[in-house]
Amino acid sequence: MESPSAESFLRQMATLQALERELTTLSQSGRLRGSLHLAQGQEAVPAGACAALQPSDYLTATYRGHGYVLAKGCSLDGVLAEILGKATGLACGKGGKMHLFDLSHGLLGTNGIVGAGVGSVVGAALTAKMDRNGRVGLTVFGDGAINQGHVHEAMNMAALYQLPVIFLCENNLYAEMTPLHRSHGNVNLLERASSYGMDAIQVDGNDPFKVYEVVKKAVDLGRSGGGPTFIEALTYRTVGHYQADAGTSYRTLEEIEEWRQNSPIKRLSARIGPDAEKIIDEADELVHEAVERALGSPDPDPATALQGVFA
Amino acid sequence: MREITFAQACNEALRHELQRDSSVFMIGEDIAHYGGMFRVTDGLMAEFGEDRIIDTPISESGFLGMALGAALAGKRPVAELMFIDFSLVAMDQILNNIAKTHYMSGGAAKVPLTIVTQGGGYKGAAAQHSQMLEALFLHVPGIKVVTPSTPADAKGLLSASIRDDNPVLFIEHKQLLNLKGHVPEGEHLVPLGSAHVIQPGTDVTVLTYSYTVQLCRNVVQELSSFGVSVELVDLRSLNPLDWDTISQSVTKTHRVLIVHESHKRCGVGVDLAAQIQEQLFDELDAPIGICSAADVPIPFAAGLESEVLPTESRIRKAILEVMGREV
Ligand SMILES: Cc1ncc(C[n+]2csc(CCOP(=O)(O)OP(=O)(O)O)c2C)c(N)n1
Repeated sequence: MESPSAESFLRQMATLQALERELTTLSQSGRLRGSLHLAQGQEAVPAGACAALQPSDYLTATYRGHGYVLAKGCSLDGVLAEILGKATGLACGKGGKMHLFDLSHGLLGTNGIVGAGVGSVVGAALTAKMDRNGRVGLTVFGDGAINQGHVHEAMNMAALYQLPVIFLCENNLYAEMTPLHRSHGNVNLLERASSYGMDAIQVDGNDPFKVYEVVKKAVDLGRSGGGPTFIEALTYRTVGHYQADAGTSYRTLEEIEEWRQNSPIKRLSARIGPDAEKIIDEADELVHEAVERALGSPDPDPATALQGVFA
Repeated sequence: MREITFAQACNEALRHELQRDSSVFMIGEDIAHYGGMFRVTDGLMAEFGEDRIIDTPISESGFLGMALGAALAGKRPVAELMFIDFSLVAMDQILNNIAKTHYMSGGAAKVPLTIVTQGGGYKGAAAQHSQMLEALFLHVPGIKVVTPSTPADAKGLLSASIRDDNPVLFIEHKQLLNLKGHVPEGEHLVPLGSAHVIQPGTDVTVLTYSYTVQLCRNVVQELSSFGVSVELVDLRSLNPLDWDTISQSVTKTHRVLIVHESHKRCGVGVDLAAQIQEQLFDELDAPIGICSAADVPIPFAAGLESEVLPTESRIRKAILEVMGREV
């Protein structure tokens, strides 16, 4: 599989950026319920990582994972409708923004519980190994999630059973408002992961090409029976943890500004040159139209709330 | 009396107990430097230092196990679980260990540990951030469960919880945190196991707690203008339970509706209904009613969530049904 072009990465990242801009407006005007966790500044990780996956590969992500969901190929209309609680959403309005599922694209769920999606990808990878179907599983989580016991149990078993899993850790330096050095006895995440007996690699998470390259290598290793890989993607969320957090009470404005200047979309746009603006404008328009469609779609029939607890 | 919010009232209780007893300390996520996701621990680190107000990694099972150990070693820990939903990550520590240690040790060990948490729906927080899980903790013996509905009760019950020599789960409701009310300054204690008759009445007893108390208040007021006299009882704590107040009220009104936000099956309503019919069967003039969440996970979309959770109109309908009146 060839690396996608810079233009194609930018299209993906700009779509995520546009989506978040629209969602912010909707949240501010009260048309979007619940918490909104944005991934601004982190757009290159989903773009790079998902480009190395096939549609049939498995994925779990977090409350901040809508960029992965889109980059994995799930329908923008279905995602947006779900985020807005519409009948046409991926989960018919039952799941909402934190709970996106699309089994037809290997998406086994985004999750509201920190670290919770990790085990299920390991189990899907176990199935892939049993069935020898060549699929891999990728799970993305944050630097904070590394401190959950479940994550460690799952990493150990992935290494033990040599399962085709990519543990993709987005290290954005903070878990909510807590910096790494106040939540990790050993801030070297690679050491913690490699102690389980798997390769652990750090990558510049603001460069989609580099992310693609390391994830591709890990995918190839997994497909060929070589077991799991841990990847730490260094990045930064240039906005608050969620809509009610300005993100400035625990980080300096200088620090935020420095990362904004170094944002993956800026970097890639500079590399592409004048055409970048057109790509971004197109993404804005595409997303804006999708938002209009989603807003116009029907609300779920209230009676459906009481159905569907069991298959 | 001055008015403060529910969250500020909790903050006052914490500050008061931290000042009063040097063995009290706090542990939880983003409680120290940030002051708590819902500002309940605002300013406490500045006053009591990082040694007593401790930020943890996202390791609920780990820090609750630590809180247990600290309690056994002589401290009086207050652990914060940002959402009650996250208790499920740590259930082994809470129910296999914290709740059982006193009994399992033949009384040798004491666990004066308070878990302060926040739960409930109505805000579009979806299935993993909207639950009221009190029934899980009531089913397993050994942990007290406290569910205040007003700022004043929050302060009084939190202080009492921290001073209790047993594990206590103190549940704030996300819809109540910004609610303002009169709260006494200085020391304020509300004993665990004391229900509060918010409004005396003669026709029907409504038993409820936490946020649904506020919904019931509105309904009860409205019904009184139609000549329906409701006795509204805020249970305030579910374990211990104020059976005397319940039984006096039922003996007076002979009709009971239990209202809660959590699911119906194996829930508080079913449990109270069983106790009431066992002990007060002859007093009852009508089947006991239960108005609760439907037995489905809490859905995200507004129209779906309001179909699942108790609403004022559903509570009104349930009261009239217990009264045998046309709805
Ligand atoms: C089990 C659990 N504990 C706490 C939370 C509250 N919470 C939501 S996001 C978050 C921070 C997670 O940080 P990190 O894993 O670094 O991911 P990021 O948010 O930075 O993407 C916390 C503590 C939760 N959702 N689940």
